[in-house]
Amino acid sequence: MIDRVSDRDTGEPVKRDPNVAPEDMVLWLLGKVYDGFNRILEILYYLIRGIYRWLSLLRESPVAIIGLTLIGFWVAVAIFAPWLTSYDPNAQDFNALADPTPGGVHFLGTDHLGRDIWSRLIWGARTVLWVAPTAVAIAYFFGCLMGMLAGYYGGWVDTLVSRISDIILSFPVLILYIILISTVGPSPLNIIVAVTLASSPGIGRIVRGMVLDLRGLEYVDAAKIRGETPFYIMVVELLPNARGPLIVDGCVRMGYTIITIGVLGFLGLGLPPPDPDWGGMVKDTTAMIVVWPHMAVLPSIAISSLVIGFNLMADGLREISMRD
Amino acid sequence: MSDDSPVLEIENLGISYFVRAGEIPAVPDFSLTLHRGESFGLVGESGCGKSTVAMAIMRYLGGNGAIVRGRIVLEGQDMAELSEEELRRIRGSKIAMVYQEPMSALNPALTIGRQLTEVPISHEGVSEAEAFDRAVQVLSDVNMPDPESVMRRYPHQISGGQQQRVVIGMAFLSNPSLMLLDEPTTALDVNVEATVIDLIANLRKKYNTTLIYISHNLGLIVKVCDRVGVMYSGEMAEEGTISEVFKDTKHPYTYGLFDCIPSLDADKSARALTPIPGQVSLPHERPPGCAFGPRCRYFEAGRCDSERIEIEDVPGGDSHRVRCVRWGEIDHRHAEVEVEPEDRRRRVPAEVLRIENMDKFYEVRDRSMAAMLSGKSVRYVKANEEVSFNARRGRTVALVGESGCGKSTFAKVLTGLETATKGAIKFNYENIAAIPVDRREPELIAAMQMVFQNPDGTLNPSHSVGGAIGRAIKKFGLAHRRRDVNKRVAELLELVRMPPEFATRKPRQLSGGQKQRIAVARAFAGNPAMVIADEPVSALDVSVQAAVINLLMDVQKEYNTTLLFISHDLSVVRYLSDTIVVMYLGQIMEAGPAAAIFDPPYHPYTEALLSAIPIPDPDIKQKRVRLEGEIPSVINPPKGCRFSTRCPRKIGSICDDVQPPEVEAVPGHRIKCHIPLDELRAVEPIFQKAVEAAE
Amino acid sequence: MALFILKRLGLMVLTMVAASFLVFAVMEFSPGDVASKTLGPYASDESKAILFKKLKLNDPLIVRYGRWIGVLTGIIADPLQDPELKLGFSDPRGDRYFGNFGYSTLFKSPVNDILWDRLGNTAMLAGIAFAIIVPVSILFGVLSGMREGSLLDRGLSLTGITLTSIPEFASAVFLMSVFVVTLGWLPGTSTLEVSEWSFASQLVLPVSVLVLYDFGYVARMVRGSMVEVMTRHYIRTAILKGLPYRTVIMRHALRNAMIAPFTVILLQINWLITGVVVTEVVFAYPGYGRMLLEAALFGDITLVEAATVFALFIAVTTQLIGDIGYMLLNPRIRFT
Repeated sequence: MIDRVSDRDTGEPVKRDPNVAPEDMVLWLLGKVYDGFNRILEILYYLIRGIYRWLSLLRESPVAIIGLTLIGFWVAVAIFAPWLTSYDPNAQDFNALADPTPGGVHFLGTDHLGRDIWSRLIWGARTVLWVAPTAVAIAYFFGCLMGMLAGYYGGWVDTLVSRISDIILSFPVLILYIILISTVGPSPLNIIVAVTLASSPGIGRIVRGMVLDLRGLEYVDAAKIRGETPFYIMVVELLPNARGPLIVDGCVRMGYTIITIGVLGFLGLGLPPPDPDWGGMVKDTTAMIVVWPHMAVLPSIAISSLVIGFNLMADGLREISMRD
Repeated sequence: MSDDSPVLEIENLGISYFVRAGEIPAVPDFSLTLHRGESFGLVGESGCGKSTVAMAIMRYLGGNGAIVRGRIVLEGQDMAELSEEELRRIRGSKIAMVYQEPMSALNPALTIGRQLTEVPISHEGVSEAEAFDRAVQVLSDVNMPDPESVMRRYPHQISGGQQQRVVIGMAFLSNPSLMLLDEPTTALDVNVEATVIDLIANLRKKYNTTLIYISHNLGLIVKVCDRVGVMYSGEMAEEGTISEVFKDTKHPYTYGLFDCIPSLDADKSARALTPIPGQVSLPHERPPGCAFGPRCRYFEAGRCDSERIEIEDVPGGDSHRVRCVRWGEIDHRHAEVEVEPEDRRRRVPAEVLRIENMDKFYEVRDRSMAAMLSGKSVRYVKANEEVSFNARRGRTVALVGESGCGKSTFAKVLTGLETATKGAIKFNYENIAAIPVDRREPELIAAMQMVFQNPDGTLNPSHSVGGAIGRAIKKFGLAHRRRDVNKRVAELLELVRMPPEFATRKPRQLSGGQKQRIAVARAFAGNPAMVIADEPVSALDVSVQAAVINLLMDVQKEYNTTLLFISHDLSVVRYLSDTIVVMYLGQIMEAGPAAAIFDPPYHPYTEALLSAIPIPDPDIKQKRVRLEGEIPSVINPPKGCRFSTRCPRKIGSICDDVQPPEVEAVPGHRIKCHIPLDELRAVEPIFQKAVEAAE
Repeated sequence: MALFILKRLGLMVLTMVAASFLVFAVMEFSPGDVASKTLGPYASDESKAILFKKLKLNDPLIVRYGRWIGVLTGIIADPLQDPELKLGFSDPRGDRYFGNFGYSTLFKSPVNDILWDRLGNTAMLAGIAFAIIVPVSILFGVLSGMREGSLLDRGLSLTGITLTSIPEFASAVFLMSVFVVTLGWLPGTSTLEVSEWSFASQLVLPVSVLVLYDFGYVARMVRGSMVEVMTRHYIRTAILKGLPYRTVIMRHALRNAMIAPFTVILLQINWLITGVVVTEVVFAYPGYGRMLLEAALFGDITLVEAATVFALFIAVTTQLIGDIGYMLLNPRIRFT
């Protein structure tokens, strides 16, 4: 007989009888572990079911599938980078300089310093694929915060946030980046900060717009009448209903951010050499385009394909959400 | 005066929509014949296909709709044979259409004049000047004040009622042979609606236009149409003249519709509203035989569900036809449901709510230079003024008024979303007028809850049904552990007669009526002493309305809750309330027991409201009292009686200058008017039964 | 209405002051002391010391900012031109005049000599690109918006998405490999100097890159607006009134559909002038953005500040014009 933890009928906790033997205590403990285990399995089940549903939804849009494939390709390549190439991306192979074109040992060729392009591409993918999502995520956090506060409270909060957003947004974006990066120097952290600063107002504006649309709905009034706090209303009632457009915007913004990272690299404001940086690769090799176009073309294709992937996925998601 | 050849002949029309999943037969079989000058009402609930038929006549079914069967013949011409160009020429000149929501029907970027003149210019090639004159003529036909200046304005600069009149005028501009009106008055206030309906009836007579009037409101049909057809699930269930269908009803569905609608002389203690059980089946899941069969009281297996049922003539009728196998055998009159008489000898219950001279003013700061200079930069919107009434435990008080009367503001003040500017609101003897909701105790919050108007917005689409109700339970402090909460959720679902598995569903999987039931469950989760229902059934179909109203009343009885029912629908209000409060422009014009409101003495505004309600009974004579103009703005209203600017019984300048006194006709029945009570008592009652025909 | 414009102008000035102050402040934090940045990295210690004293560089930020405003508006003379500093900075316009942006250490000449010249070059590029982008994207946007879901529409969408996904330098690289390397029809750089390549041919590639990048975006905006308008009920009313389809589109749909894209199109001007750094760098085009980049990399804060403030001015002005235009186009706001 397993000791009941609580009386099923009255809900009162049942006191442990000190006269019960230790074996029963072990059984009781096992019971609790079993409950917890059940709970974890339940959560996992819902999670997997959610992902499965989401993936099968995706199937409806061929555009989204292509996008997902492209993204998936680069993610896989980035994860498995060490196993996909034997060349260090910064190592120079002087023998290859005689004929750096693709083919043979270096299947995508080498750049003007003899570094294997394929290695540089896949290691460069790693950098892009951790900097961009982090930057976008942090930007989203601040953007949602700003937008929700401005949209929900209105009044002076809204005016203040909107003014600040206007000031930041009135800076031509690239100029903002140039000034920031040239001032504080290039590094992944600085890039993340710059992207956050430049993107949050835009995200904030979208979120604010959505909150303004939603806050007049009856279920918000119902929540207020229940006595819910503004924090609860913003996070639990409003935010989940904004997720459709935000997800689509997220994909698009990822694309923009990757382009930005590429552009910064191209302008010489990217990561310091010799680390591979797709934009930087193009910058270094444009001069040689007349003789060896592949050196600049290949990284250009890389970055374009990744961004196309995100944008296609965004379009596909938008299509799917319209169809609902 | 009817011509011999019919204007419109629809023969066995079949319309289907083609989606990825397949073909959806929205309208399987529809037939109709209209002669010149006839006015035909097409009645049905949402999804029955009436709008689809209208669009099919216009041949505007959208990308995935198509006519798969039958034909439509307009003035002898088969419409299927028309080319695109010929079709274009007919539209707007031979057939015209008016539909709901006038604001969205007009182009906001073009002047009204432009939108009117382009019709004759493009169809008849007349000159600009002549088109202008005709447009002005039509605007005065629809009683627009100052038509020439209206021509130069943009749609957003005129009111909703005026916009609809412009749209109607636009349709009459080319003197069409056939006019289709699809719920043209749904978005309008009762009084404005009545004026528009009168207008349509007059214009119809003047131009001898053939009319198809589509609505879900049987009362409006009576006012405008000669004949009526009742549609159910894409087919005509019954059709005939007004008196045939309304007084000699043959089809069980039609009779069911009448049973759902409260009538004016019976309230909840005399007669119960009998909703139609079940739901309309989806078009692609139509049962064999009679589409209404599964929900019909007189269903007989074998006869009603075997083969296609054709529509047949009722002998002795003018054009009375029914689609029912058993119509000859059924006698509806003995099928009324008994009502438990309420024990009125009980003690008068305790007072739950007492509102004393409550004011709610909003400040409006005028920031223009002119206002600053004149010193009058702060103005007040007197949303509620001098509101006083009380409500007793277990009883129902109805708050009636048109848009802008202040009833929503009142609800907000009561629930704490706003605080009163002045006055007292005593809820269970505690004055809560100045306590906003974020400073109220959970017990107080749980004791006063609300059911909202729009079923689509009342539930958060991201939360499950069980989650929504559960949150209320937790917030009111009734239970915290998952098990207990779920138990209570199941109890509440049973209370509102929904199956327990609905707890995991999301709102988008529910119908409008089901969503409102969940809203009721949520409101009653905390065992409230008072529930405010703000137009809870206005957005629902008639049969669903009846079910939700019954539900509300049953739950109210079980919990002995006080119900504050806000509505503009006077017949529903007559049915379920004990006391009625009539509001206009922020003030109470009349308040008293339900029956007393409907008989003289009336406040002039109440009189106008009552005369404007559409009554689905051709036998009742309803006096016509029409109000001029629109509801004035609430900013700086008139000094005297709020209603003085439009009152048809205005006695003089005293009405403009002095606030009228509240007079008691009988204890409990107050009227706020300068007119002496005796005069008001002598007024003709609005509703009178016409001479009964021999049974 | 006039009050509105006045209010907006005031806001504009406020925004510019706030933003330019921010730029001033940010430049403070770049590595190196102010003196090196003002004089350039190759200045001698002696000049730096004199500068410190002359400019009173120990004064708080606000005061120095105020001084900069003073020089700009012509109230104060540019201290850098003081002959005592022996810097050899001389401006033919004098050392105190309205619009004095200062002296550039990178180019060794007054800012006004360089700024307007570079601006003119970029404006030329921008103008040609704008003249192509606007009509083409409106045309395609409207056509595909009219027929949503059609082949043209899907084709445009996909093309647009693809084009906006390709960064300017990438499309420049692609175009160059085709037209410069393989076909040899066009020059690889566009320095606008006299060479065997004609002036016009030097402009082709940069303009193409700009058009390719932007066309997709604008066309999709126009399409989106058009699609939304076509679903509105007043279009249904117009069709059911029996108006010819062409009238429905031209008179009813376009008037409403063009309201939102108008602001978008105006903002493109802003981007075309201040945001095309990448294209200018790739083709070595002597433009505004490239000037700013070089100045930032070099550490020439005078030029950076001047260029940024002017870019801000353009941005804020286009926004203002956009807002006013929106108000005028939308009758709901114009007549209340």
